[in-house]
Amino acid sequence: MKFKLKIWKQRDAHSRGSFVTYDLDGVAPEMSFIEMLTYLNETLIGKGDEPVTFEHDCHEGICGSCGMYINGYPHGPVKGLTTCLLSMRYFKDGETIVIEPWRAKPFPVIKDLMVDRTSFDKIQQAGGFISISVGAAPEANAIPVRKHSSDLAFDASVCIGCGACVAACKNASAMLFVSAKISQYALLPQGRPEGKDRVRAMIAEMDKQGFGSCSNTGACEAQCPKQIKLFNIARLNREYFKAY
Amino acid sequence: MITLDSKIPEGPLEQKWKRYKANAKLVSPANKKKLDIIVVGTGISGAPAASALGELGYNVKVFCYQDTPRRAHSVAAQGGINAAKNYKNDGDSVYHLFYDIIKGGDFRAREANVYRIAEVSNQIIDHFTAIGVPFAREYGGSLTTRSFGGVQVSRTFYSRGQTGQQVLLGAYSSLVRQIKEGTVTMYPRREMLDLVVINGKARGIVVRNLITGKIERHSAHAVVLATGGYGTIYYLSTLAVNSNASAAWNAYKRGAAFANPSFVQIHPSSVPQMNEFQSKLTLMSESLRNDGRVWVPKAKGDTRPPNDIPEEDRDYYLERRYPTFGNLVPRDVASRAAKERCDAGYGVGPTGLAVNLDFRDAIKKQGKKAIEEKYGNLFEMYKDITGIDSYTEPMRIYPAGHYTMGGLWVNYDLMTTVPGLFAVGESNFSDHGANRLGASSLMQGAGDGYFILPYTISNYLASEIKTPRINTDTIEFQEAEARSAEKIKRLLSIKGKQTATTFHKKLGKIMWDHCGMTRNEKGLTEAIGLIRELREEFWKDLNVPGRADELNQELEKAGRVADFLELGELMITDALNRRESCGAHFREESQTPDHEALRNDDEYAYVAVWEYNGDQPPILHKEELKFEFVELKQRSYK
Repeated sequence: MKFKLKIWKQRDAHSRGSFVTYDLDGVAPEMSFIEMLTYLNETLIGKGDEPVTFEHDCHEGICGSCGMYINGYPHGPVKGLTTCLLSMRYFKDGETIVIEPWRAKPFPVIKDLMVDRTSFDKIQQAGGFISISVGAAPEANAIPVRKHSSDLAFDASVCIGCGACVAACKNASAMLFVSAKISQYALLPQGRPEGKDRVRAMIAEMDKQGFGSCSNTGACEAQCPKQIKLFNIARLNREYFKAY
Repeated sequence: MITLDSKIPEGPLEQKWKRYKANAKLVSPANKKKLDIIVVGTGISGAPAASALGELGYNVKVFCYQDTPRRAHSVAAQGGINAAKNYKNDGDSVYHLFYDIIKGGDFRAREANVYRIAEVSNQIIDHFTAIGVPFAREYGGSLTTRSFGGVQVSRTFYSRGQTGQQVLLGAYSSLVRQIKEGTVTMYPRREMLDLVVINGKARGIVVRNLITGKIERHSAHAVVLATGGYGTIYYLSTLAVNSNASAAWNAYKRGAAFANPSFVQIHPSSVPQMNEFQSKLTLMSESLRNDGRVWVPKAKGDTRPPNDIPEEDRDYYLERRYPTFGNLVPRDVASRAAKERCDAGYGVGPTGLAVNLDFRDAIKKQGKKAIEEKYGNLFEMYKDITGIDSYTEPMRIYPAGHYTMGGLWVNYDLMTTVPGLFAVGESNFSDHGANRLGASSLMQGAGDGYFILPYTISNYLASEIKTPRINTDTIEFQEAEARSAEKIKRLLSIKGKQTATTFHKKLGKIMWDHCGMTRNEKGLTEAIGLIRELREEFWKDLNVPGRADELNQELEKAGRVADFLELGELMITDALNRRESCGAHFREESQTPDHEALRNDDEYAYVAVWEYNGDQPPILHKEELKFEFVELKQRSYK
């Protein structure tokens, strides 16, 4: 397969970026999008050109390193996939593919397609934990948890922290990310004692980091590679109201 | 010259760890604040170690190459985490877990260490549950378990097919709590380049800031490596592509001996390779073998679609060869059995290098919903990659490099041969012998980090309370920095024709062909020559674009490949030395008449411990393995 790739190139956080167009031939349909970009870089290095900087690691959709707009969609046009699992067979031979880094103020560009997502760590740090130290835990089965609640907590906790929800949102809101963590703990009895403090602190930090507000458009849910549901945001709102 | 002292406490097996803890020295809260500890790596041993040490009040500095600690590759572990809870009342106990690990490791691990990890396994489940890890549950609200390969009880706790993610994110949450508390300082996007040893003690590390390219010096009273395994040496493996051996390898060059480097687990079920561009062999959890049946056609070259092959034309070779354990034989056995069928010409798929893993019968019996509940995400991932729906058609799987049982040698304190340098989790060699059982890596990593290291490192640091903060302006730090800078300069100045990835692929092929699932004298000897040639070629013809003082991903790769090119030779040297088969190490010269691994306990019941010796060949030390509590037996899963 053959593609015209329009890729965002930016030297560093302070430079102005622009699109650079590359023609790439010899792409196999079973390559993943990341493998295609690696192949592009190998050919660029061979020609003495500068390779494109982008992040990737596990190549199985779980570490959350990769992420870029592909033709305007975070992680590309296929639902429920990270960039590393998106295969080139989803694209048409000869197609032009536009590739950009996440566009959101709290995710400044570091270089080309690589952005700084430290703001997510800061939100988690504000309260995304249960304060039990090693040694203090009771016997695991001493805390029975309703299977349904536990399953819902799991569905929320599969978030990989990639940032696609923020990238998809017109307001650059991190509500889906925050709601996933809040929901996980709100649904488990272990998380209840700190529930109020947690939701206040995480929301305050989210605002401080410069993420926008939620206007219930649902673009985050549509683009989340782990298909985390919008009703987590409803639960977050309920937890937040209850906390005051 | 190093001397090996495993420091195993005296006394009966079940008393050793209790006695150790009773006699271990303590550090007062006021003194803990004055002591610095460096932890390298934030996976399922590093994050627990760092958070537990932070909770104790030590001043902890944590390093990882990722942008955030939550992305360490433990996140990708799928199947589960073992513990001897015996919630199923099926006869499990600490002793049984211990025995299964010892036997699964083919009697090449240290009894005392293995018993200890089995002992702390239950506390790990308690802790993870308390910090909100959503393990699978029964309708009554209690935790549930499933079976895993190589054992006859159900002791594996899990969160669907992404247990690693759930426990790692749990460990990450505790870590960020300590970062907030101020006991832990996080240094992401740093790659460790060298270890700094002052007066014989580990006192710091030199790292490269991956964003600015600047080389930084960091000091501490003790250094903990939690840097994982080296399976990416095969290029194609189940590991994250950036996982690497550089931290451990450079520690080896500073005096930390390396144990059993050739012990590599080849996982039996990964998505087979499809083309030469492939960068990764995605793992399909071993838990799938609970319900999936492995088979190939009975006739060579049977190209009918799998669903058209009737029952009588299928060879369920694991059930045939191993009637007792069937599809649940340990990983090494399952991998070799798959290779044997494929080599004999019975493989399936376009390359013939694959076997079927079929869920037809399980779906018929339990219903699609039950299977989806257990493995939904794995089936989805398989479909994403291959386009095949495993609810209606068998998966195709093939073995892939996965886990390294070998690693830095540690004593009972988890301390390497460099005083003050500790190694935890996969980066050490300690618990899995020659083969690791499924769901034991999360257990060992978390156990080391949460429940073992905090005691043993305090025991060491108790004698360091008078040592002031370590100055980073010493000659040792200067030298370490200069060595690292020199290596980077050299890598950038070659300006040859081939990329680091090209060399990595070539190295991977040498290792897979000659030091992979099976090994023999001739192949290994040949591989040493090949690897030396490749190393020479690397230093003559490598092409790394860009500069040292900037974000340079090609430079990162090149540094890792340079270290792999050296480690590969040590792995081969170790494989050559061990003229027996044990666990995952299968020497073709040493097998039973029905092609099972044949151990040689008279000559090889030892840990092969290699000491770096500059340009000279490494020096082999032997830690004799004494089995006081279990009887050495030829492993059988028949």
